[in-house]
Order: sequence, then structure tokens, then C-alpha cells
Amino acid sequence: MNAPAPAPLRVFIVDDEAPARERMKALLGDLAAELPNTVVGEAANGVEGLARIVEARPDVALVDVQMPQMGGMEFARHLSAAAQPAAVIFVTAHDQYAIEAFDVNALDYLLKPVRATRLAAALRKAATAGPTPRAALERVAERRRHLAANERGRVLLIPIETILYLKAELKYVTVRTAERELLVDESLSQLEQEFADLFVRVHRSCLVAKRAIKGFERAAEADGEGAGWSVLVDGCEERLPVSRRQWPVVKSLAG
Amino acid sequence: MPDDNAAILSQSRNARHDALPDFRNLGVIARTLLAVNFAAAAAAATDAHSLAQFAAQATDLAALVEPALLAALVVLYAASPLLARIPYYAGVAFVFGTAALAAVAVETVFGAYAINYDPARMPRTLAFALAVALILIGYFRLRGLAYSPALAEARLQALQARIRPHFLFNSLNAVLALIRTDARQAENALENLAELYRRLMADNRGLTQLADEIELTREYLNLEHLRLGERLQVNWRVDETALDGQVPALMLQPLVENAVYHGVEPGAGPGAIDIEIARDGDRLHLRLTNPFHPEYQYRQGNRMALANIRERLMLHFDVEASLATEVADGAFVMRIDLPYRPAA
Repeated sequence: MNAPAPAPLRVFIVDDEAPARERMKALLGDLAAELPNTVVGEAANGVEGLARIVEARPDVALVDVQMPQMGGMEFARHLSAAAQPAAVIFVTAHDQYAIEAFDVNALDYLLKPVRATRLAAALRKAATAGPTPRAALERVAERRRHLAANERGRVLLIPIETILYLKAELKYVTVRTAERELLVDESLSQLEQEFADLFVRVHRSCLVAKRAIKGFERAAEADGEGAGWSVLVDGCEERLPVSRRQWPVVKSLAG
Repeated sequence: MPDDNAAILSQSRNARHDALPDFRNLGVIARTLLAVNFAAAAAAATDAHSLAQFAAQATDLAALVEPALLAALVVLYAASPLLARIPYYAGVAFVFGTAALAAVAVETVFGAYAINYDPARMPRTLAFALAVALILIGYFRLRGLAYSPALAEARLQALQARIRPHFLFNSLNAVLALIRTDARQAENALENLAELYRRLMADNRGLTQLADEIELTREYLNLEHLRLGERLQVNWRVDETALDGQVPALMLQPLVENAVYHGVEPGAGPGAIDIEIARDGDRLHLRLTNPFHPEYQYRQGNRMALANIRERLMLHFDVEASLATEVADGAFVMRIDLPYRPAA
């Protein structure tokens, strides 16, 4: 009884519908007596959410699934880039596909309209279990429209369609766009799977955007494998060597 | 139109397929023309022994058949509202009478003016006219039988076209938020929701007045405004003279719901839906425009709703109605053309 009151649970709300955010805040207010909590921020979509979450430092994020610009699933996958691990609770009105994905990956979700008792149970569980593991969020199968890089504490979103190539480098992947180079915390083989229709592997450690392939050049010496081919990429000077193993696949794209 | 629906319901079991076709429908007229001309060609072929003889016979027969056929069709076109009211067998008798009368009249004219007129032709022509009428009535009856399950099916499809659960739960959520801040608006919204579902759960197989469809759609849009706020912008342009036209029940609302779901919800900023309804003589034109988001095409359901409405238009209007879609200048445009038929 003498123990100091625990710090209130810091809650972040992401939903594109203003009445839905209001409703969530009202419910959290009702629960405050039995489950101290404070709303540390809110956002109307995933992009806004990633921009605000770093400052908000929440323990729990209540995230709507269907939102414009960036939905809840993609938002959750980029949380690790925000270096802002939080317990993610998805909220959805009726999305069979999403619910199946959550069930399979044992993620917590609430159905709209949300009930106070269900919300309280989910918050308690989140408070004890801590942040949702990154691996669980990554298994939610929704194709992303961005990659996220952390640049000096800020989340930088790179639209997939602006990427020229991806190169594996130790634990990170370098993302090259026409303007810049960024590091993302991803695995190349996972990216290859996710965007199989957009990128082609030219080398053990490099994926090139199919639309960015400008042509091929006979290189004098590539990778110590003797004379081989290199890819010319639209929008940057670099030439990317093609491994002998991948050459037939890459060449077929040129035709 | 609850009374209309009740009427359709009560006769759906047996009376529905024992009905004469709508002789004002282009599809019915085209089928009749084709069938009679085919029968005439077949008759010419049975008499002929050579190709030249067949051609001569066919020309002779055509001179006889076409005026009779056209006269009969004009009479049936004019009598169509009457035929819809009288019992089936009286209608059948009327059709036989019209066919016989047309045949006799044409033969009489021929008898008066043709040289070497063979009076034995009269009974043959009469028999031909009655036989063709019998075959056609039989055909349309069978077709009616084949389509009456389709009509029951139409109800099922109307059910499927109904508001997505996604909308219901999001709306309820929005109303729950309102209860604390603005009880009066919440009351209003729940009344709207109740009214909307009452109409959605009615028997929606038949036709309804366009004005009713528009009202239903406005109620639906009021609810969407609640949760989408400024993001949802709707521009109506409605031709007042089109309002009493008959359209399939639940034609407009599912299409507008589609426009909200695919055109407005995926956009972070305001999205505009334009609804234009115009009447051009005896045609109704409906044009629905909404922003197009190619990146959200994985959202399901668009094509299903469109196919559903296209099918119901065909069921009610046959070839006289059409539904077309296109993507132009970043907008999704949908056009429906159908005959303007005011309620009787």
C-alpha cells in the first residue's frame, strides 16, 4: 500500500478519423482511475505517427489498421527505425484479412467500437509484456510502400519507387536513391522477397530496381571472376557488377 | 415503394413467369423481329427447289410478312400497358388476335391489288401467323421461367451489395464518440442509421423511384460525414425532371459507398465525389466521379459491386441499360444509362 504510484502508462493514438480518436481518449479517461494513463500524442496516419512518436515516447501505441498514406501495419513495421519500441495494439472496424494476420502472429488487436473492458485488458497486458517484439510485427504480411531509416533520431521515409538499388553491408542495407544514400536496418533477402516484382538480384549482396536498369556494360574485371557484365543504373554513375550466376536472370530482363 | 415490393413478393411464386413480355423493350422487339424473319426464311426454303427459287420465294414472303409483322408490333407496343394489367390468358388471346388480324389484313390488301391472286393463300398465311405467335409466346414464357430464379437471385445480390460491415462499425464508433460531446447530433446520427438499415433490409428486388434512391444515399452520406469530416466532399447535380424515373432499388447508394471507400478514404486530404443525374427525353444518365488511387487497388470489392449492379440493370432493362467505367485524369468515372420510365 505504501508503494509509490506507478508512472502512468504513456499512450499514443494513431487513427485517421477524428471521432475515433476522441472516443479512444474518452475511454482512456474513464480507465484512468483503475489504470493510470496519459495520452502523449496522436496522429492521423502512419506517416504523421512516425514523425511524432519519437518525441512522444509512448509505452503503448493504439493503431488503426486502415488509414490513408500509411496504414497501421506498415507504421508498426517502421517502429524499429524510430528506435521507439512500444507495445502495439491494432484497432480495426472489420478487416478479415488484418484479423487473420494478427491471429497468426499473436498480436493484440481491438475491434471497433472498442469496449472499455477490452481496452483495459489489452493495456494491462501491454504494460506487463512490454514492447511488441520486432519479429512479430515484421511477420504481419502487408507490402510496405516505404523503407524507414533513422537519421539522427528522426525517421526518414524512403518511398519504394524512388529506390535505385539496395546493397547489403554487414548488418545493414544501403539504400541508394537518385539524391542520397541511407542505411536501413533490414535484411536483403527479406527485401528481395517482399519486393520480388520490383527488384532483381544482380549479385549476392545487391538488388537493383528493374525500372532503373539503363543497360549493360562489359566490365574488364568484376569481383575477381574475370570479365563480366555490369548494370548501368539510371540516375547514378555507379556500375553494379553482375555475378555469373545471376547474369541469365538479369539478361532476360533486358530483352 | 413498399406496396410495389409487397406486390412483387406475392406474385413471385407463380404469376411472375406467366406474364407476357414487355413489348416496349428493345430486347423483346429485336427477338420477335429475328424469330419471325427466320421463320419466314424457313418457310420459303421448304417450298423452294433451287437457290433462285428460294430467293424469289423469300422476297415474295417478305413483302407479305414485314408489313404484317410491323403492324402487329405497333399494336402490341401501344397495348403494352393494357397487357400488363389483364390476366395472362386474356393477354395471350390478344396477341393471337393481333397476329391473325395483321395476317388477314395484309392478305386482303394483296387480294384486292395483286393480279392472279390465289385465294388458297389466306388460310396458309393465317396458320403461319398463329404458329409463329404460339412459338414466340412459348419462348417468352420459358424465358420468364428461366429468369424468375434470377429475380430471386437479384434480391440476394441486392443483399450482398448492402453496406459493408466496415461502414457499420466505423459509424457506430463515431456515434459513440458523439454521445458525450453532442448528444443531439448523436441522436440524429442513430436515427439516420436506423432509417438507412430499415431501407436496406426491405425487399429490394424491384424498381424504386430515383428520388428515393437519392434520399437514401444522402442519409448514408450524412453518416460518412460524421467520421470523415472535411475529407468527404460531395457535389450533387440532379435534374429535377429525372426524379420520378424508376431505377433498380439499391443502385445508387452502393456505388456512392464504393466511391467513398476507394476514392475518399485512401486520401489524407479532401476528396470530392461528383454525382450527376440528368434526363434526356426518355433516357436517364447517371455519372459518378471520384478520385482514383491506383496504390489502393488491392482494396477489394469494387468490381463485385459493379458487376452486381450491371447484372441487375440487365435483368430489369435488358439491352436498354448500360454501365461503363473509365479512369481519366486521375479520376474514376462511372456512367449508367437507362430508360426513363416514370412510375405508373
